[in-house]
Amino acid sequence: MSLSVQLLWLIPALPLLAAGIGALTPRRGRGLAAGAAIGAMGIAFLLSCGALTTALAHPAAHAAHNFAWFDLGLGALRLGWLLDPLTAFMCVMVTFVGLLIFIFSVGYMHEDANFTRFFCFLSLFAAAMLGLLVANSLLLLFICWELVGLASYLLIGFWFHKPAAAAAAKKAFITTRIGDLGLLLGMLWLYDSTGSLLFYDGGAGVLEPNALGSLVAQTTVGGLAVSTAIGLLIFCGAIGKSGQFPLHVWLPDAMEGPTPVSALIHAATMVAAGVFLIARVYPLMAVDQLLAAPPLHALTVVATIGAITALMGALIGVAQSDIKRILAFSTVSQLGYMMLALGVGSWVAAIFHLLTHAFFKALLFLGAGSVIHAAHHEQDIRQLGGLRGPMRTTFATFAIGTMALTGVPFLFSGFWSKEGILHAAHEWDVSHLPFYAGLAAVVLTAFYMTRLVAETFYGSARSDSASHAHENPSVMTLPLVILAVCAIALGFLGTPVWPWLQARLLGQEEVHGHSLLEGGGLMILSIFLVALGLGVGWAIYGRKLRVSAAAPDPLETALPPVFATLRAKFGFDELYAATVGRLNNAIAVVADLLDRYVWDGAIRFLAVLGEFVGVVSRETDGDALNGGFNATSESLRDGGKAYSRAQTGEAHGYLRVIAIGFVLLVLAVMLGGGR
Amino acid sequence: MTSLPLLSLIVFVPWAGAALLAILRKAPPTTVRVVALLFSLSTLVLGLMALGDFDPARITPQFVERQAWIAALNVHYHLGLDGLSLVLVLLTGIVTPAALLASWRDERDPRLFGALFLTLQGAALGVFLALDFFHWFLFWELSLVPAFFLIKLWGGPGASRAAYQFVIYTIGGSAFMLLAFAALYVATGTLDFIQLAQAAADGTLGQKLATLGGWWPKAVFLGVLLGLAVKVPLWPFHTWLPSAYAEAPTGGSMFLTGVMSKMGVYGFLRLLWPLFPPQLHAASPCLLWLALGGVVLGAYAAMRQTDLKRMIAYSSINHLSYCLLALFAVANATGRPGLTSEATAAALSGTILQMFNHGLSAAALFFCVGIIESRSGGRRGLNDFGGVRTAAPIFAGLCGIAMFSSIGLPGLNGFVGEFLIFRGVFGLVPWAAAVACLGLLATALFLLTFWQRVFHGPVRGLAANLKDLSVLEIVTLAPLVALMFVFGIWPQFLAGLINPLVTTWAGHLSLP
Repeated sequence: MSLSVQLLWLIPALPLLAAGIGALTPRRGRGLAAGAAIGAMGIAFLLSCGALTTALAHPAAHAAHNFAWFDLGLGALRLGWLLDPLTAFMCVMVTFVGLLIFIFSVGYMHEDANFTRFFCFLSLFAAAMLGLLVANSLLLLFICWELVGLASYLLIGFWFHKPAAAAAAKKAFITTRIGDLGLLLGMLWLYDSTGSLLFYDGGAGVLEPNALGSLVAQTTVGGLAVSTAIGLLIFCGAIGKSGQFPLHVWLPDAMEGPTPVSALIHAATMVAAGVFLIARVYPLMAVDQLLAAPPLHALTVVATIGAITALMGALIGVAQSDIKRILAFSTVSQLGYMMLALGVGSWVAAIFHLLTHAFFKALLFLGAGSVIHAAHHEQDIRQLGGLRGPMRTTFATFAIGTMALTGVPFLFSGFWSKEGILHAAHEWDVSHLPFYAGLAAVVLTAFYMTRLVAETFYGSARSDSASHAHENPSVMTLPLVILAVCAIALGFLGTPVWPWLQARLLGQEEVHGHSLLEGGGLMILSIFLVALGLGVGWAIYGRKLRVSAAAPDPLETALPPVFATLRAKFGFDELYAATVGRLNNAIAVVADLLDRYVWDGAIRFLAVLGEFVGVVSRETDGDALNGGFNATSESLRDGGKAYSRAQTGEAHGYLRVIAIGFVLLVLAVMLGGGR
Repeated sequence: MTSLPLLSLIVFVPWAGAALLAILRKAPPTTVRVVALLFSLSTLVLGLMALGDFDPARITPQFVERQAWIAALNVHYHLGLDGLSLVLVLLTGIVTPAALLASWRDERDPRLFGALFLTLQGAALGVFLALDFFHWFLFWELSLVPAFFLIKLWGGPGASRAAYQFVIYTIGGSAFMLLAFAALYVATGTLDFIQLAQAAADGTLGQKLATLGGWWPKAVFLGVLLGLAVKVPLWPFHTWLPSAYAEAPTGGSMFLTGVMSKMGVYGFLRLLWPLFPPQLHAASPCLLWLALGGVVLGAYAAMRQTDLKRMIAYSSINHLSYCLLALFAVANATGRPGLTSEATAAALSGTILQMFNHGLSAAALFFCVGIIESRSGGRRGLNDFGGVRTAAPIFAGLCGIAMFSSIGLPGLNGFVGEFLIFRGVFGLVPWAAAVACLGLLATALFLLTFWQRVFHGPVRGLAANLKDLSVLEIVTLAPLVALMFVFGIWPQFLAGLINPLVTTWAGHLSLP
């Protein structure tokens, strides 16, 4: 089966249709809403597989189908669909992982009153993400990008009656929108410089040599190539969406949403969008590498931000105690890895990690959801414990996810994809700092995941909700098992011996592998670091298991200030509240005061001035001039006074000044106009 | 081409309706409401008829009616319709019936209310169709009379003061405009927009104005500018707006923001820009800052409002300032060497689409606030409610769509216009586009804060007894919401009407 690029729109359209059905279904129509969502996603998955076969037949081609959206000027604003291996692999991943998350949600959200609405929003989320993947236009990508933002807003705030959820939803939308403004400006600049926003358009697209050549040839502020400036602005969007430093603050709060949503945000959609965006516009990001000595390469910034994020996320993850927040920070950290890979020049390594991560992170989040569901919505790992016995399937699959995430060698997918990134970082000739940051994050990841597993699944239950936990129905465990299989199997598509996935992404027909012994030293180092993290983690948290929920964390006892800093997430929220938040409020206050006093005050002053002029003119008008006129105006004035008592009086001030001004002006015209 | 005087019908059928209502002294309220609604719908019907015969490729006014009127003053009764007018006529045809439906349950003298509304509608349509300053100005000023009474008699507790301030301020501005046109007439001997624009394009207008001597050309420009600036309003001439919009009854607010605020922008496009290109170009650096003030500070001021209607009113200032920003950017770039028409066409298209889209979404938002207000005894404070989404999910859904349309979410109508404006402004005056981005952020911030406080969280305050929408309210709101989707996904409908016109404008930019 194959799917041509002309029909590619069906992939996002089906979930969109399901979202529409879900929106119009009344609350009791649970089966219909869930069935439509799952059915649409299932068909979309099959279509994506079809698209993948089409794309793999000619991996080097960027098959595009463009069409006019509306007339603009002498031409039209055009949008289009794009099919290449990058799009196709991503579509397959999103639809497959999404499908499993949808199925899991049937069990997880079973008791929720707004079940139908939930599936409507889930479908919308998937549709927007799939639209973003198949877009052949930065504008269409941006449109879907914003819709992803909307869907995440709706889903993070799904339990909107909880103030924390409502606040988290707003925070996610606003924080990502800050990045989106950069993306918008970058897009406008690109449009203005090239006259197009289509990626591929038979030679006239923005990612094709003509446009890239002209973009890199021009320079702008600070000697930056225009392509660099545009690339950096576009990267702002990715920073926001993919939770990169310094806009990562929304991601942990997004845990307020139902757990399947967290899985969807953190694995298949939303955060993956930023990495995908940079991979999609990679030719633009990388074109300034051709320049001899530019002040800055766009990709250097990407690598730096990625390295900072990878390390920072892993550090913060060490000191959290909410099971979902630990996973959230691990996502932040892993996304940092992907950005790091993009920055050091290996976008295929980034996408490989994105794909493997999508499976094992979905697995971990759904595993966490399974725990939370069983433990009556208890999310604090200090309150859990001992779940290994009652929840065997969840434990086994969660353990597989953990090993994939930490990069336990050879069997697990995360090992191979992370290896690719570390190798790329090692070969980067600009700086080795990102490489070291990546290595440090390897240890930390193994450490905090060991802590998480030890506290949650080992020892004894430390609360009533944990002691009453039992395994969930198979509608929830089956997706876990499937994801666990993928978390293992997927790695073998991209091992150094047979890097099939990487070759196809790069558009190569043949696969050139090499022996594991090449670069084996680095592999041994990273295996050692994983072992170190696991060993230290087990030594601290596994050998002496937590006995009560109130007991302090061993790290807290050993290094109180460090632990406190990490637990407070380096204080970014407070910092932003104290700076950006305050500045924002200050501008609002100023704007309001300007209106109330300065501008409105000026008008009131004019009114008073008018009244004053009126009084003066009344006092100075001679009887001789105004004999008969006075009588009339007196009576008018009396009437006016009576009327004005009923009114506020101020308006008459305006009237007067305007009347007087008008008279003066008429005089001026009469006197001046004759000349 | 139809032989009917279609444009005159568009303008005067609502007035005929108003006259009919004046006669129907004994009619029961429902009859009165139905009559008013039917006559207000005439605009949509006639507008769609005009649409059927409209040829977008012709850029000169169509369905032209031109009769000699006051020979001594060389005044003609001159109506004409181009893409810009057509879009606004359709907008009026959509918003007015919705506004009347929104006031359906208002028991206070529906006959007078309907008559005033139809008068107002006719006057606004006259402004959009007149091509001679003489009766254009009559329509312009006439619209204030019914608006004044609608605010004052049906408005909230502060309505008197707000109505006075609104009318006096606007008249104050218009007085200068009238004066300016008097001077223009002295210099040129005509008040016909087409002739004046023609004269401006070939440079004779400038020469004739110069004959007035000294500072007169500048004063004439400033007079027209002031009249229009107050009407739109251009920041900082906007202080009448929040109280007028807030104190007006729901239907009145919907019409004020949906249609009347467009009269000012229309004036900018129809009068100021074609007639005074060099002056506008010279003033544009300063005007750009004022428009940015409206975009950014308008949105920030909205953040401080606790009265929901004032908040939406401030968001109107923000949205209309985008229109002016685009126009001033075009004026600023006029005559610049190497200027291509692409950015200009985008900016101008964006302005017109934004006018239309803002009309839809702001009217819908005012209606939503009106619903809250009518269910809670006139309370509409930001902090009076909580959890409305739990209490009234259908209402929350429709209001949420209107809100996201106002935020400029893609897929809904607001995005297209704003994107084109930003596209255009970036190509013409890049830094202004960058500054204006702050307005986008602030808009999202205050609207989502509003949403969080009023609709989310646990049910509290007056939300506890809030009923969900009645059928009548759904009938009022659903068409507006449906159109938000239609024009968001299929902007070609409007773009096709205006693009040839806008492209011609963009291709003929020059300073005489």
